[in-house]
Amino acid sequence: MLLQIEGLQSFYGRSQALFGVNLAMEEGEVVALMGRNGMGKTTTIRSLCRIMPYRHGTVRFLSHDLGVMRPHRVARLGIGLVPEGRRCFPNLSVHENLVVAARPGDWSLERVGRLFPRLRERHSQSASTLSGGEQQMLAIGRALMTNPKLLILDEATEGLAPVIRQEIWAAVRELKGEGQSILIVDKTLKELMQLADRCTILERGMSVWDGTPADLGEDIQDRFLGV
Amino acid sequence: MSRETVINWVLGLGLLAVPFIALMQGEPFYITLATRVAILALAGVGLNLALGLGGMVSFGHAAFFGIGGYAAGILATHAFNQEPLLAWPLTVSGSSDMLVIWLVAIAICALVALVIGAITLRTSGVYFIMITLAFAQMIYYFAISWPAYGGEDGLSIYVRNGFPGLNTLDPIQFFLICYAVLMACLFISARLRDSRFGAALQVARQNPDRLAATGIAPFNIRLVAFVISAAMTGLAGALFADLNRFVSPSMLSWHVSGEIMIFVILGGVGRLFGPLAGAALFIVMEFYLGGITEHWQLFLGIILLCVVLFVRGGILGIMAGRRVHA
Repeated sequence: MLLQIEGLQSFYGRSQALFGVNLAMEEGEVVALMGRNGMGKTTTIRSLCRIMPYRHGTVRFLSHDLGVMRPHRVARLGIGLVPEGRRCFPNLSVHENLVVAARPGDWSLERVGRLFPRLRERHSQSASTLSGGEQQMLAIGRALMTNPKLLILDEATEGLAPVIRQEIWAAVRELKGEGQSILIVDKTLKELMQLADRCTILERGMSVWDGTPADLGEDIQDRFLGV
Repeated sequence: MSRETVINWVLGLGLLAVPFIALMQGEPFYITLATRVAILALAGVGLNLALGLGGMVSFGHAAFFGIGGYAAGILATHAFNQEPLLAWPLTVSGSSDMLVIWLVAIAICALVALVIGAITLRTSGVYFIMITLAFAQMIYYFAISWPAYGGEDGLSIYVRNGFPGLNTLDPIQFFLICYAVLMACLFISARLRDSRFGAALQVARQNPDRLAATGIAPFNIRLVAFVISAAMTGLAGALFADLNRFVSPSMLSWHVSGEIMIFVILGGVGRLFGPLAGAALFIVMEFYLGGITEHWQLFLGIILLCVVLFVRGGILGIMAGRRVHA
């Protein structure tokens, strides 16, 4: 088991955001974390990366208990986060953004450059001058440079032009083909359904449905995902 | 070559030229002035690493400046009196060799910074400023109340410490030593800034959570930077004590922390040669305006106010423009 979340409960101050999230994924799987806005997807990700503390439940990653770890330890175990809103380091160059995160492994500057040729073209440019799509590529590249065992993509195609979205999806498909485990949050169901091995749906901070994309019928979509 | 690089060269070579021009004009006093600029700039270069790159507003760097000074003073006194510094369990004698003194100053400052940093870096913002100040004041009052090395009266160094192969009593030769040390530390700063460590340090300033999410602990990065910064300022302190052949608790006082910070802010926070520009302006003002009125710091205050209000980039910001990315 790569990742196992059981009964996760998190709080923003005194208001509870997660009431019991369960999620399990095997190595090499692509799991989609779904749900309407405000149902706890990003909070789940922030909790499992230990960017915010959680109060109840367990998170196990490769049989390590993450509950006692500080965020940088979690990242070193092999969780590469591509955060919502990209969050590149704006005053560093593309090259520096990538190099600063690098950890030994298969992913190198060169390989990231092959996945996203645009980054190679702009390697000495300041990250703050990149377009949204390029920043997204940089955020993914930065996470890959840590050679993660699990890549987490939080809204990686949000607010991007359709052409750029397709580039990002193509890259994610390529990563899946290479056997990369990915936990993905996204709004576009169509691409997500083609890509994911399994889906977990959150509703009001709780896991309410788990299954394969094929089982995710119209009724369930209407009930949990429709607006 | 960017405009900033040109200005850096002008500043670097300008400082080197001053003592030789002074020598030709038969005004050896200016050599001492240039030496002061070099040493104070070095203290600023140290602080700039913590303040400029790491965003750690340390208001306690006088502690390291003073400790460096006392390292020079104490070792030299013991060497002069031929008393061992420590008789038991092993004999440690004093030294009048600058290289030894520098090493001791760097090592002690690094050690003290490690302890102070490990505690203070758990805080941020105004609390960090106050805690670093508190530690510096603690060391200041300790020096005042410790009679063995002069207490409040300070400690004289009777003969300036030596450097192998050079005559340190010759002002030009001593200037060149200080200048070389300054340039070496500027070089180290530049290398650190452009390294992976430097990138991580800048991110630790801007977004520590994101840095942690890439697997780097912001605390550790900051602590290492703080230690290196303290070591450089300590080295400057050792040189300063040798320049004046005197060290006293005033080197540890909070005014000195403020002055070092002024060099950095006047010159341009985070700019490589900023502390040199800041220290030079400070000394020039102290000398010329100080000759006219003893209230020269009023003008310094006005200039500092203008720099902070209108030109965030300091002197280098005015001359070289906003920092552009390489």
